Amino acid sequence: MSQEILRVQKISGHAGSVPGEDTQRQYTVCKLIDTTTCIGCKACEVACMEWNDLPFGETVFDNTYQTMPETRWNYWNLILFNEHEREDGTLMWLMRKNQCMHCADPGCLAACPSDGAIIQYTNGIVDFQQEKCIGCGYCITGCPFNIPKFNKETKRVYKCTLCTDRVSQGLEPACIKSCPTGCLHFGSKDDMKFLAEQRAKQLRDHYNFPNAGVYDPPGVGGTGVIYVLHDAKQPELYGGLPKDPSIPLSVKLWKGPLKWLGNLAMVGGLIGLFVHYLRYGPKDREVEVKEPHEGAQP
Amino acid sequence: MSEHADQILPHGRVLRYPFLERANHWLAAISYIYLLLTGLAFWSPWLFWLAWLMGGAQISRTLHPWVGLFFFYAVMRMYGYWAPQMHTAEVDRQWWRSLNHYIQNEDDKMPPAGRYNAGQKALFWSFFYGAIVLLLTGIVLWLPEYIPWNLRWLRYLCVFLHPVAALFTIANFMIHIYMSVFAERGAFDSVIHGDVSLEFAKRYHPGWYAELIRRREAAASRK
Repeated sequence: MSQEILRVQKISGHAGSVPGEDTQRQYTVCKLIDTTTCIGCKACEVACMEWNDLPFGETVFDNTYQTMPETRWNYWNLILFNEHEREDGTLMWLMRKNQCMHCADPGCLAACPSDGAIIQYTNGIVDFQQEKCIGCGYCITGCPFNIPKFNKETKRVYKCTLCTDRVSQGLEPACIKSCPTGCLHFGSKDDMKFLAEQRAKQLRDHYNFPNAGVYDPPGVGGTGVIYVLHDAKQPELYGGLPKDPSIPLSVKLWKGPLKWLGNLAMVGGLIGLFVHYLRYGPKDREVEVKEPHEGAQP
Repeated sequence: MSEHADQILPHGRVLRYPFLERANHWLAAISYIYLLLTGLAFWSPWLFWLAWLMGGAQISRTLHPWVGLFFFYAVMRMYGYWAPQMHTAEVDRQWWRSLNHYIQNEDDKMPPAGRYNAGQKALFWSFFYGAIVLLLTGIVLWLPEYIPWNLRWLRYLCVFLHPVAALFTIANFMIHIYMSVFAERGAFDSVIHGDVSLEFAKRYHPGWYAELIRRREAAASRK
């Protein structure tokens, strides 16, 4: 974790290179969530709202302990509850703290057309800059985790910032600070990965969870939020955590080959038409050219 | 005296586009140019400055869908005005086969086009179908927050199809501008003042010209 001002590494909708990119090395930060020791107390939900000064909205009761069905523009941190029945008939109460995953390869940033509306700091935090957001909602389409949420009044999109303001001052995010069981950890990606693997091994070796593992999906280049799961083979059980998330194919095609083909076709078309005009000219040119000649003929 | 299409005017001119058709064309043209410039701003970071030119990116994002509705309305009006004249005829198939002569300005070697040649018909239909695809996909892009998570494939589809349809219309648009402003003199005038010379009709639309003359003679013989 760095004490210095956060430096930008990636910028959405930006033509050209990123100013200051790679001039200084910063630790990639990471939040580790151990779902096996989460008790669903929602202290992190409250801490998130308090620190980020988010206005509180109505909760939705649907016969579970879950505060609402999914995160909102003003509710960035939500524990998802699932009562899972195992093959032997016993109950497992799965709880997963859901928030922005801070992907190394963020789909929101790839899809965003507005220069600088979404940035990734060199420490890996993906942050929305609402003053540059144009409210197109492409980030909603780019995200494989259903995280960016649109505010209909401000016409801007919001999500978890991983408390960039706190992290830039050397503090841990608010959710981490509030956790009473120690299931949340914050540090460098390498350290968190090590800790997570250690815990997963413990679960496999001593707690009879042979499928325990770490969720750090490679499809989005790894994430700045990683989970320890009792059953890493079925992440879907944890409130629909996608098994192999990636930027949607259509977004990749649109921002990749289609853009280059389209640009090539448009520039090629302009050049083609210009060359045609030089080579053949307007259709009735010979009228102008011939008529004075015809008049001059005896 | 009310004007009507194909009306023969004094000084060897003929009315090709009555007032309402012209006005509708410019509703479509102005809205399309706005959509093109703001759309290109969202298409590539290299063109994002266009959004600032158009009054700012937030305003562009807000107005683009509404202007799109005007564009769609105008294209549907065009369908009402011109669709009956846009069906492919045998002469159009010959026209496509002689395309290289058309490109090389050898219009005397072209089959006699009617009121619209095959290229203009293709333009018409590409904008008609293009506008439908752009509207349907555009509505999804307009209000992405109303598309529930389990229908996200709709967003994935539309985010790709919208630019594809737009590029398709841009190709047609570029040729349309080139033909009407640079290649066929008199064409641009006709969509402002409505009339073309009979020479223009004879040169670019011989089938239409023959029809005009035939009708004029039929009218004269009735008197």
